[in-house]
Amino acid sequence: MARVAITAPSRAKKGEVIEIKTLAAHVMENGFRRTQEGTLIPRDIITQFACTYNGVEVFRAELYPAMAANPLIAFTTVAAESGTLEFKWTGDNGYSATQSVTLTVT
Amino acid sequence: MTSRRRFLAVVGGALAASQATAQLDPNIQALRRAALAKAIQKVTEGKPMRTGKVKLQVPPLIDNGNTVPLSVAVDSPMTATDHVKAIHVFTEKNPQPYVLSAYLGPRAGRASISTRARIADTGQVIAIAQLSDGSFWQDSVSVVVTLSACLEDGLI
Repeated sequence: MARVAITAPSRAKKGEVIEIKTLAAHVMENGFRRTQEGTLIPRDIITQFACTYNGVEVFRAELYPAMAANPLIAFTTVAAESGTLEFKWTGDNGYSATQSVTLTVT
Repeated sequence: MTSRRRFLAVVGGALAASQATAQLDPNIQALRRAALAKAIQKVTEGKPMRTGKVKLQVPPLIDNGNTVPLSVAVDSPMTATDHVKAIHVFTEKNPQPYVLSAYLGPRAGRASISTRARIADTGQVIAIAQLSDGSFWQDSVSVVVTLSACLEDGLI
C-alpha cells in the first residue's frame, strides 16, 4: 500500500501563492548498494511526480536515485479557482500512488 | 599434497582477485566529472550558463549524506512571458550526477522548490534554472559530507 501525505491549505484568496508539500513513503533503493553477500540490490525508486490543478498540469518532476528515501517535494502554485489538486507518483516495479486535495478559493 | 609454494600462489592469487573487484576505478573522479559535464550539456544543449538569479540553499556541513535538505529559489516574476521553465539539481561526486529535475510554469507563482537529497561525498552541488527566454542560470555550493550516502552497511 502506497502511503503519501500532502500538506496544503484548504482555502486561499484568489491569486494567492500557496505552498504545497508532498511526501511519499518509499525506500528509494538507489541500485548501488550491495547485500552482505555482495549481490547488488536492484534499483527501486519513484521516477515521476506530477501535480494537476483542475486537470491542468502545474508542476512536474523527474526523480533520480540521489533523492532521499521518502521523497519530499515542496513547490508553490497560484490559487486560481476552487477545485481539486491531484498528485501522482509513478516509479519502478509498477509503483503508482495518487492523492487529491480540495482547495476553496475565495 | 599441496606444497607451500603452491599454497601461497593460490591464496595470493585469490586475494589479489578479490581486491581487484573491491577497488573503484582509479579514474573515478575524472569519470564523475565527465558524467556531470555530460548531464549539464544535455540540459543546456551547449548554451552558456550565467551565475546569478538562482539561489541554492544547502547546509555547508552535512552530518548525514542520506537526507540533505536543499532548496532552490529563482529570482523571476513568473509571468506568462517571463518565467522559469525548469530547475535541475546536480551533484559532483554521486555515482550519477542527477538529483531532481522540476518543471514549472507561470502557474507556480513563485519559482521555489525544496526537497531532500542524498549526497555521496564532499564536493559541489549545482542548481541550474532554465528561463522562458532560453537562458540558463546556475548556482553552486561546496558542501562537506561527514557520513556519506550510498556507503552504509552492506557495501564493500
